[in-house]
Order: sequence, then structure tokens, then C-alpha cells
Amino acid sequence: MTPEIMWKLLEIILIISLLIPIAATLVWVERRMIGIWQDRHGPNRVGPFGILQSLADLLKILGKEDWIPPFSDRLVFVLAPVIGAVCVLMSFAVIPFTADIGVSDLNIGLLFFLAMASLAVYSVVLAGWASNSKYALLGGMRAAAQTVSYEVFMGLSVMGVVLLTGTFNLRDIVLAQTDGWLIQSQFVGFSVFLIAGIAESHRLPFDLPEAETELTGGFHTEYSGLKFALFFLGEYLSVTLISAMSVVLFFGGWLMPAPLDTWLPPLVWFILKVLFFVFFFILLRTSLPRPRFDQLLAFGWQVMLPIALLNLLVTAALRLGGVL
Amino acid sequence: MTEFNIKASKDWQAGLSIAGSDATSLQGKLAQEITAEILAVMPELDLKPVTAVENIVDDICTFWLDKKQLIKLMKVLKNKLVQPFDMCFDLFAIDETTREHKGRQLQDFTVNYHLRSYQRNQDIRIKVALPASDKSLASVCHIWPNANWYEREIWDMFGITFIGHPNLRRILMPDTWQGHPLLKTHPARATEMAPFTLPPDQQDKEQAALQFDPQAWGMKRQDKDNDFMFLNLGPNHPSVHGAFRIVLQMDGEEIIDCVPDIGYHHRGAEKMGERQSWHSYIPYTDRIDYLGGVMNNFPYVMAVEKLAGISVPDRAKVIRIMTSEMFRILSHLLFYGTFAQDIGALSPIFYMFIDREKLFGIIEAFTGARMHPSWFRIGGIAQDLPKGWEVLVRDYVNYLPKRLDEYEKMVMQNSILKNRTIDVGAYSSQEAIEWGITGPGLRATGYSWDLRKQRPYSGYDQFDFEVPLGNKGDCYDRCRVRVEEMRQSIRIIEQCLNNMPAGPYKAEHPQTTPPDKSKTMRDIDSLIPHFINVSWGPVIPAGEVSMCVEATKGIMGYHLVSDGSTMSYRTRIRTPSFAHLQMLPLISKGQMVADLIATLGSVDYVMADVDR
Repeated sequence: MTPEIMWKLLEIILIISLLIPIAATLVWVERRMIGIWQDRHGPNRVGPFGILQSLADLLKILGKEDWIPPFSDRLVFVLAPVIGAVCVLMSFAVIPFTADIGVSDLNIGLLFFLAMASLAVYSVVLAGWASNSKYALLGGMRAAAQTVSYEVFMGLSVMGVVLLTGTFNLRDIVLAQTDGWLIQSQFVGFSVFLIAGIAESHRLPFDLPEAETELTGGFHTEYSGLKFALFFLGEYLSVTLISAMSVVLFFGGWLMPAPLDTWLPPLVWFILKVLFFVFFFILLRTSLPRPRFDQLLAFGWQVMLPIALLNLLVTAALRLGGVL
Repeated sequence: MTEFNIKASKDWQAGLSIAGSDATSLQGKLAQEITAEILAVMPELDLKPVTAVENIVDDICTFWLDKKQLIKLMKVLKNKLVQPFDMCFDLFAIDETTREHKGRQLQDFTVNYHLRSYQRNQDIRIKVALPASDKSLASVCHIWPNANWYEREIWDMFGITFIGHPNLRRILMPDTWQGHPLLKTHPARATEMAPFTLPPDQQDKEQAALQFDPQAWGMKRQDKDNDFMFLNLGPNHPSVHGAFRIVLQMDGEEIIDCVPDIGYHHRGAEKMGERQSWHSYIPYTDRIDYLGGVMNNFPYVMAVEKLAGISVPDRAKVIRIMTSEMFRILSHLLFYGTFAQDIGALSPIFYMFIDREKLFGIIEAFTGARMHPSWFRIGGIAQDLPKGWEVLVRDYVNYLPKRLDEYEKMVMQNSILKNRTIDVGAYSSQEAIEWGITGPGLRATGYSWDLRKQRPYSGYDQFDFEVPLGNKGDCYDRCRVRVEEMRQSIRIIEQCLNNMPAGPYKAEHPQTTPPDKSKTMRDIDSLIPHFINVSWGPVIPAGEVSMCVEATKGIMGYHLVSDGSTMSYRTRIRTPSFAHLQMLPLISKGQMVADLIATLGSVDYVMADVDR
């Protein structure tokens, strides 16, 4: 094994071993923030400010019986949460954390991300199917319809970025923003991307596949213990992923905001920006109710699709005209 | 007691005599008018007025009717009168087999039809006597659709069959149950029964009975194009608000039909009423609508007071109104929060719980308890308000409206919530009346009928408040009406605060509970009744009465039958939620699952209130 590969492997292990604790901490951050916003305490018992809550939860969940419902399709039932977590983790391979840190400098990085996002839906659909439970099935169906619809707009919304930067390579996209972040010209594209991102990660207000008050948990109704934890991990990882992608595509990645001097390392800038979006996700969850299934799809096809297409057309026209 | 008996036996000898038959009394006059009106339509009907033996002390015209004429009369009352009795308010039975002071009309069972005309603002009660040898009666389901569940309940509880009923199955008890619990022959306590056992074969039978069979529930497995999916929502589901089961027949996510299944929260509250003294039943009433607190005591104590002829002092009346309105706010706040949560908004409920917490603090300062204070007493309330209560109430009255303004922006003006609830789960005023919907559910359709305005009790006529109305009768309007009701309740509480009368908080009457002790050590004539009233509880004169209040969820009524003893002979609790749930299949057909959740949330029921 060449030192190069060794080095790469080390980097991968390092990123994964950081990402998973980050996702776990996010659970605590979210519960704590929601607690504060809802005039209550949130978890504050384990460790200082309750920061070790996730660790305690993890230990508890490890101690749970690894139960597979006898009526389920065993193999698929076990595989489904793994697919979800793996797909999200794979997406992180193409994220450029800074100019030097990042697993792969793939020239089709953006497409790879979209492909992985599409694959992730298998996790939810298969979970819903393999559970052999009606609530799970309804959740899985909703997830399939929702993800398939919103993927279209997600793909379209980032095409403006590709048009302006002329590349699918995420690192090059960031570098192309040195003179100015793409959010300036691609605000509409960003809005569509963010909304589609929320839908992809099944977060309120787009948590219809889970919809606790309707489907008692939707696709993961029958899951418990470690397998449930994998779904949970997948969700929080995908929140981080969508935040990271927003930063990379529209907010200049690791680049500092233009008027400031570089008094912080690029990685810190990147993390700060990602955290901003993560907090936005959490705030969204505390403030909005959930639309109905058909309303969600109608909103997608009737509002988001035209907007995304229009954005693409206008961007292309302006590009041709030499304005952008 | 003795005076009553003499009067009763005189009437007995005199034969038929209308209760209060002198035309000057309101009830007598109304009874004559309505008899004339009915006979003008159908002269062959043989309406017999109640006699003084039954001693019905409320203002409702009551008639005995032969069971053969039942359907004829009901059709006249529902359809042929100028101002028809369009709502079946309550329908229940009484097992008369062990009753003292029986009138001539009484046989082994009596079925009571309590009908209401909104246009007349008048009720009528029809009593049908049944012998034990022939426990059957024609069903009135085709006349009043909401009689369906009531008749099933009577079948379940008394074993009276209703001929022509579409689905006469048990409703509160499990299908495997043996016997009819409200019969006087059925034991009321576990100590009177053999020890409970569950042998394996019995367990297997019970398990088999749980197997869901759509055909038995009146649902089809498929039509020519589709195989339907059946979704079992409940008895444990986050959005059914208690132990409540709905079986949904679905085509995809669309609901083709649904069948509500109740009884999981049945505790036999009506049966308990027959074994508790008049006083010791008060805490049980708290737990009927467990969000209503003292509001539940209200109709019960009013009914007992009416039977005993106790008039309550003004201070007690106003305190009762004030605390009841507080519980209306408490209940509506919980509704508001859970409704928003059912739609998917996670935060409002936490803010509203803070408001509830503050108000529970005040309730606690008044009564010493929070959710179930059992604070009303026969003849008044348990104790006077604590010193400094005005400060607490004043603070709250100033505090809540601001919070409600915030919730307005957070919940009611949220466009996602509006999209989810406007035009969802709508019904018309006509349907609401047909199905016995009362309270905010009725007013959301734009029909202005509030018991506190139409038939003021306990001095509500002295208060200045408005009756909020909706216009579409959809989920959004049902929420809207309740939000406005909270503001009106605040107004009422404020008026109580500013005009609290001085004086005693309990009536001076030997039958109030606990009885007045001030003179017991002075003379033997006070000591003995006090001793008896403490040890046995008060003896309430024989008679019948029904009393209603505008409770948090609709109109709640108690029908009490006393046969002159220390316990109620029959306690009938008419709860609003029972009627509201029965309507569910009508409004949920064609909805998506998510709409059903919104509808359930907006109906605002409490399973304890449904099952009793």
C-alpha cells in the first residue's frame, strides 16, 4: 500500500470519526435549542449543560435488544437503515471542507451528491416495505413520492451554479466564488435548493414520511435500538450534509466573507457557516406546522418547478448576454 | 320526607294528575300547549302526562307513551310540528325493578327520550315503560341518526333490544362480555362477584374476538376496482387523544369509510353513582371530562340541589361561574395546543402549558387541588376564596389576552395551518343538530346557541359576554370559536372579580354537604340531623331531574333519579363528546389520513367523557 493511499484512508477515517460524533452532538444541540425556544430546559442533566446526553442515549440504545419483528422481511429490514446512513456518509466524500481537506476531488462531485441523495430514498422505501406494517408502508410511499418530486427541483436548482461556474467539481465551484458568493446571483436557486434539501432530509415541515401525529413514526415505526439509531444518525447527517452543500454551492465554502481579514482558518469559516444553516433547520422545526401530503406535492410541482426552471432560464440568458 | 310521602299518596289515589297541573305553573301550561299541538296533528296519540308521584322537578314537559305509538309520535315531533323537536339530546334507560315510590306508569324498565327544539328553546321528555317480559322497542335511528349509539348503549347496559336498529352490537363493553352491567341485578362491586380468573381457553376466546373482521363492522373488503386497506388507528395512537380506536377503510391515503370503536375508557361511572352517597359521588364527576375540573361538578350539584330544593347563595353562584370559566380556559388552551401539534406545529403547546400552569396555580390556591378539585358541594362550594385571591385573578386576567394575541400570529394566521384546516372536516348547522352536536362544534357552523345565553343557569344572565360564532363549520372555525371563547371567559372572570358578592358560600339547608355544624352543640334537633347527614349522607327527596351546563366541550347534563334514599337510584350522564364522536364517519369520508387527524383534533373530545 502506497503512503498516498494510507494517507487517504487515514483522512477518510478521521472525517467519519468526526462526522458521527458531530451528528450525535447535533441531536443534543437541537434538543437544547428547541428547549430554550419553547421556554423549557431541554436535556441539561448529563455532563455540563447536558452535553453528554447523546453519549448517554447512545449507551442506552446499544444496550437495547436488537429486535426484528417476526413479520418483517429480515434481510431488507436490517439493510434499509444501513443504506441510508451509508449514502449520506458517501456524499461527504465529495464535500471540500477546505482547499486541502476533503476525501475526493471528483470532477462530477455535484452529480455524485445528487446520485447519493437519490439512492438514500431506497433506505426509507425499503424500510417501509420490509416492516410489513401499514403505517410504515404509508410512510415509505410518502417518502418515495416526496423524494422523487423534490429531487427534480434540487437538481434543477443547482444547474444555475453549474452554468455560472462551468464545472461539477465542488472544489472548483468554491474557488469560482473567490470574487463573490453565488448567493448574490443565485438567491432563487438557493431557496429552491434549501427547500428541496429539507424535503430530502425529512425534517419538519416536510417530515411527512415520519409524521408522528399521523403515522406514529412512518417508515421507522417498527424500528428500535441500534437500527433506529442509524435512521436517526442518517437524518442528522443529512441535515449537516444539506447545510454543507448550501455553503459550498452558494456561500463560498471555506472562503471568508469578503470584507473581513483572514483571522480565522478556512475550516473554522466552513464550520461556522454550516452551523448557521443547521440552526436554521432547527428553528424551522420549532416554528412550522406540517402541510398535507398532496399540498406538499402540489407545492413542489406547481411552485418550485416553475421557479427552478425560470431561474435556470434567466441565469442562462444573463450568461449569454454576458451580464453574469 | 314525610310531607312528601303524604302528598305522593294523595296523588296516587287521585289517579292521573299532571305534575303542577294548575295552569298557572309554567310546566303545566307548556305541557297542555304541547299536548294540544301534537294532538292537532295526530289525534290518536295517547300522551299521558307524568304524575306527581314521579316528582319531576325540572321544567321539561314529560309524557308517558305506549310503546306501540312511539314511532308515530317521534315522527310527529321531528317532522310534523311547525317548530319541530329536531335534536335527540339524550336517550337512556332506567331499570325500575327495585325503585321505591313507583308511580302507576312504571314498569320494569323505562326508556327516556330527551328531545330538544332549538327554535322553541324547549325540551320534551318521552318515557316509555317496558315490562321485563318484553324488553324490546322500535328503533328511532331512522328519525334521529344519533340515536344509533344511544340505542346500542341501552342494549349494552340493559339488554333492551331495538327492533330495526342497523347494527345493534355492544358499544362500551367488549363483545365477549356476559350480562348487562346497569341492571340492578348486576353486582356493582368486585367484592360481590366471584374472583376474576382467565383460564387459557377463555384467553384464547378473548384473543380470537380481537381479530378484526371488516364485514362484521359493516365494511367491504373490496369493490370492483380496488382492494381496500384497513388501517387500525388506535386504541394507542399519538393523535387519538386517549384510548380510542378508529378502523379506517382506505384506498391509498384516502378514507372511504371509518368506524369509531369506543369503550376503552369505560369505568362504569353511571353504575358507581348508584353505590355512592349523593355527596361522595362529586369526585367521580370531576373525572368524566377530565379536562373540565369543577365544570363537571356543576350540573351534578345543580341537579341534586334542584331535587332537594336548595337555593344557592349568590357568592357561591359567582364563585362557581368564575372557577368554571377558568376550567373552560384550561381546557380550551389544551385543545389549542394539541390541535396545533396535530397539524405538526411543535411549539405552541409548550407556551400554552405555561399559561395553564399559571392558572392551575390559582385553582390550587382556591381549592388545594389542580385538575380535579371536586370543589363544589351540594348547596355551595367547599370553602370560601382565600385572602388575596383578587390579586391572583387580576394578574391572570391581564396576562392571558396578550399571550392569546401572540398565539393568534403563531397558530391562527399561519398559512400552512390554514391550508390544512380551512374547508376540512366541515358540516352544516343542520347536520350538527341532526347528530346532536353541541357547544363550540355547533357554534362553529354559525348557529348561535349557547346554554349560558339561552337558558341561563346559576346567574349567567347577569354577565355581559358574547357568543363567538364561526360560519363554515370546518376545523379552522372550530378552533377559531374556542379561541374567542377564551377571551369571553376572561371577560366573565373579570366581571366576577369586580362584582363578587359578599355573604355565605354555602346555603343554609340541612341537606347541604358537609352539613352545617354551627348549631349542633346547642340543641338536639340540630345535632341529630347533622349526625345523620354526616354519617349516611343527605337523604334527597324522591324525584327526577335533569340539569345541563354549557361545559367545555358542549352541553353536559346529569339526569338523576332519586327514590328517597342516601344514594342516587340512577345517574345518567349525558356527555357532549359521545355525540361528537358518533358523527366522525360522516365528516371523515373522502378525507386523507392527515385531514382525519386535523378533524379529530378540532372535535376536542376526551375519551373519559365519551365512555364514562
